[in-house]
Parts: sequence; structure tokens; C-alpha cells
Amino acid sequence: MSLMLRVDDLAVAIGSVNPLSGVSFALDKGETLGIVGESGSGKSLTAMTIMGLLPLIGGRITTGSIMFDGNELADLPESAYRKLRGGRIGLITQNPMTSLDPLRKVGPQVDVVARLHLGLDKRAAHARTLELLGDLRIPEPASIYHLYPHQLSGGMKQRIVIAMALAADPDLLIADEPTTALDVTVQAQIIRLLLDLVADRNLSLVLITHDMSVVAQTCDKVVVMYAGRAIERGTISAIFDHPSHPYTQALIGCIPRGLAVTEQLKGIEGTVPSVAHYPSGCPFHPRCPRAEGICATEPPPFVQHHDSAAACHFAVEVAQ
Amino acid sequence: MSALLEVQNLSKEFTSQRGLFRPSRSMHAVNDVSFQVPKGRVIGVVGESGCGKSTLARLILRLIEPSSGAVRFDGLDLLAQRPSEMRRLRAHMQMVFQDPYSAIDPRYTIAEAVMEPFQIQGKRFAAAEATATVCALLEMVGLSTQLATSYPHQLSGGQKQRVGIARALALKPALLVLDEPTASLDVSVQAQIISLLERLQDELKLTYLFISHDLALVKYFCDEVLVMYLSRVVEALPSTDAPARHPYTRTLLDSTVEPDPKRRRHIAPLAGEVPSPFDLPPGCAFAERCPLASERCRTETPVLSNSGGGHAVACHHPA
Repeated sequence: MSLMLRVDDLAVAIGSVNPLSGVSFALDKGETLGIVGESGSGKSLTAMTIMGLLPLIGGRITTGSIMFDGNELADLPESAYRKLRGGRIGLITQNPMTSLDPLRKVGPQVDVVARLHLGLDKRAAHARTLELLGDLRIPEPASIYHLYPHQLSGGMKQRIVIAMALAADPDLLIADEPTTALDVTVQAQIIRLLLDLVADRNLSLVLITHDMSVVAQTCDKVVVMYAGRAIERGTISAIFDHPSHPYTQALIGCIPRGLAVTEQLKGIEGTVPSVAHYPSGCPFHPRCPRAEGICATEPPPFVQHHDSAAACHFAVEVAQ
Repeated sequence: MSALLEVQNLSKEFTSQRGLFRPSRSMHAVNDVSFQVPKGRVIGVVGESGCGKSTLARLILRLIEPSSGAVRFDGLDLLAQRPSEMRRLRAHMQMVFQDPYSAIDPRYTIAEAVMEPFQIQGKRFAAAEATATVCALLEMVGLSTQLATSYPHQLSGGQKQRVGIARALALKPALLVLDEPTASLDVSVQAQIISLLERLQDELKLTYLFISHDLALVKYFCDEVLVMYLSRVVEALPSTDAPARHPYTRTLLDSTVEPDPKRRRHIAPLAGEVPSPFDLPPGCAFAERCPLASERCRTETPVLSNSGGGHAVACHHPA
């Protein structure tokens, strides 16, 4: 297996705040990595940083590196990023309406990606779009091609966005909450579609979600984020079988296992801190049932245990 | 057990305004829905967007007027009540809304927001008594009494939803209609709110109608479940572990993923999405997407019929 993406000790500053720090993970070709966390944990910002979109919101990378297929992206100029973005790296956003132009038919919006990045002419791009829409199990691609976004259902719009992300044959797909805005039955179909794409095209997929259930169903590896930090990373079985960070443990305990046995739901006391008020030491310590004095002062180092690494002073005990 | 709430053949038809080149169209948001909520039970209503579950909640509290049918609360026919009587009755039946951000007036302090229900009912308090009431209510929902002088924008989403619950409980209602109370919250906060609702139900002997799109949550939280699809109840499960018999309920179950990588499920392909509620074809609304659909399903609408043990299903070919 070859390394596709490696993010190492990434930190981001926007003005005087540091919304992201100490984010590290790696992803091989053909692998699916889940980035999971609650709102404000920095998962979408991580995606924006990889996509080189930080300048749009006035942010910059302060330390760390992003290696994509052997190339450093952290200091890549915008002109080079333009070739990468939408080309070798595709992005799927949560709300399809933010990716689609409401005034243009959906087919040509997919065409333009292939024309721009693959240099196809109009006719070839058109044919390719129809083929792609068919691959995405869109019924009657030829007639859908000529519709406007508002004429499509939510699930269909999301498929068009996926088609745009795939149009230039990317190696890496970043999907930021791709199913959050959809109904459960449609969500299941989109998950199935993404999994099939990863398998058929040997894609690497970064799946950003707040939903531990979606992660459990789809990912090979997981990064758990909290307050702008990656607090635990590991293989899917390590994260679910022996979570080594109290936050990961608590996050799993928050989800109703509706279909299996029902254990008592446990919430996490307190609320997610805002970016201006990240706690010192371990960012989770004010809400952590395991916290001791050291947690409020010393940022915990990563402790490797089983197949995961957790930034907790008591990781090994927590995993027991 | 006596039924606290009884809904009988309740329907609501909305008619869109006629446009310049477009005739007016009508849709059934809620169609012939009947069920009972026994005292002290938690009844879940689950369905995807547009199935009519929120409209149903509003019809029950008579926040909108039904087109036909009846709602009885504690034996009283709500639709026969005059507005002033209805207002008095609503003290006993309250609602918690999905979006805590828009449910509270941003210009009210938390204390004012919590006291608003009393104001509406025309109850006046001495200053000291009012403070004590606010403090008691905030404590009941697990909020610090120091928040009484704060404004909604200073609170987190979870705290705001607690205020929403405190308001709903202020008048000591018997029935609480919870319309997706946790849909806009993070999972850790959702779990807090659900535990709070569990505790309150136990302490105050409340009856809940819990509306949600999340089948896993409904199965966790509720005693009985009604499954809605396109304005109708398609299945009524007498308990959360009763095996689903309607193909739509089974599809919902198959689409619900579990937080356990050892229990990965094969997601069966499902054609199409919820169709537009305007101009529905005759027959079963799910027929277009149903793997078991026959000719009969496309012509004859299945009625919800009892199949024993309080289990009812509206399907020509139940599993």
C-alpha cells in the first residue's frame, strides 16, 4: 500500500486565535479515514486546510506539513493548488446547494470539471458526465443532465456533487458531512455509493462526520477531534474496542444503540469550548471524569496503545 | 390504562395559492391518523422529512386547525373548545420545539422567558415568589440559577433547549409534545437532554409524544412507536422490540447504521426518494419504492389494521 496523504503536527492560525493544532494522521491509497468530532472541533477546518482554502477565511498554516502523494502542500502556491483542487483532490460538501450553481443546469456543471482538469472537449466531457451519472446510479442520466438543481431531490443533488468531485478522476476524495442533510434512507444509499466508489476506483476517502455510527460502518481508520486537536487516532477496531481517550469513550457512550441492547445513554457534562476559550493543558479536562491536576496544566503527549494513539495522560488506564 | 390523548381520523389538507399560470394544488400533510397516548407512556412518532410528523404535533395542540377528525385530551374534545378555553387547556399540554434558537425571544432574559407561560395564563407573582419559581424551574432542568439574568445568545444550544424544556414544564403540564428536541444538538448534548427528559418523566409522571427522524433514538427512548410515511401512519409498534412488519419500517431499520464496526450492515439498494406530497398516485404511497409491491398496492390504499397485540400495519403484504 502506498501513502496517499500524511498530515503531520498541523497547526492553523486565524488572526490571533489558533483553532487547530497538533493534528496528525496518515492515509494509504484505497483507505477510508474518518475524522469525527462535535461541532467546533475543527474537522471542517482540517478539510479546508488540506484543500488549500485557508486564505479564503484569512487563515494560515503556522506549523506542520501536509504530504499528498509525496508532495508538500503546506507551502504550495495558489496556482499549483488550482490544478490539484477538483483535479487530484475532490471535495464533497455537506449542503449540495453550496456546491451547485442554482442558475445552471446540473450536467454542464459536471462537464466543466472534466474540461478544466482533463482538457476534454465539449462533446467528450458531455459523454463522460453521462457515464459518470450512470455510475452513480442516477436514473435516466440524459434527462437529469438538463435539469436545474432545484428540480432535483436532496439525494440526487448530492449525487451530482459527487459526480463533480469525481469528474477529474481524483486520487483523494474529501467528504465533509456528505450525508448529514439527508434523510436516513437516502443517507444509507449515499454511504453505500461512497463505499462502492472507494472499492471500484481504489480511491482514498477522508470522511468528515459527527456521527460515530457512520464511521463505524465505513472507515478503516479514525481520527477523533476535540477543540481543534486530534485527541485520538487509530484503526477502527482499536477505537471502538479499546478507546484510550476519555472523550472517545464518552462519544461512543452518547449514541443510542437502538437496534441492539439498550444501555443507559450517557451524555458528557458541560459543553464544547469555543475557539477563543480553549482550556489549557488537555482541552477536554473540564468535562473529563478522569481528570487530575496534571490535566489542567500539561498538554498530554500521544501514547501508543493497541492500534491507537491517544493524547491523554492516563491513556493506558482508560483503555483497560 | 386510560388514554390521556386520543387522536381520531385526524387529517390536515393544505392548499397552495393559485399562481398566475398555475392552478391551486392541495396536499394532505396528515391523512386519517388515529392513535391513543395512555397516561405515563412515551409514544414515538418517527418518519423522514415531509411525512407530516411536525404537522401532527401542531394539530394535536391545535396550533393549526385540522381539516377533519378529532383530538380528545383527558376526555375533552379539543376542537369544540373556544380559544379562551383552549388557552387554559394548553397549560396541561405543552410543546418543546426543535430549534431552541428560535423558540425563545432573543430580547427576553432567561428569567423572563421562563415566566412567559405564567404571563400568558394571567398568573401574577410577587417579586420574591417569581424569583423562587424561576430558580426552581432552572434547577429542575439542570441549569445554574445564575443564568436567570442572561440572554439567550449567551447560552449554548444545549442550555437553550433546557430553557425550552423549563418553559414547557412551567405550568405543570400532563402531556409534553417533543418535536425533534435534540435534532439540532451535538451528540454529547443530545444524550444529556435525553437523560434529562427521562428523569423528568419519571419524577413528574409525564406523558410524552416524542417526534423524531432518528429510529435508533426513538427505539431507545420510547415505549411505543408510530411510523409515518407521506402523511399516514403505516405501522404502529406496541413495543420497541416488536418485529417490524411494514416494508417501509424495515427499510428504515436497514438504513439505520449502528455505532459498532463489528455489526456493519449490507445496505440494500432502495430506489427513489420520498415523492412529492402533491398529487399522490392512488394506492400505497410507498409502492413506488417497495420491493414487495403488487398491482393491488398501486390501486388500493391499505388501511391501518390490527394484527394482534396492539400491533397495527397498513400494508397489503406485511412481513
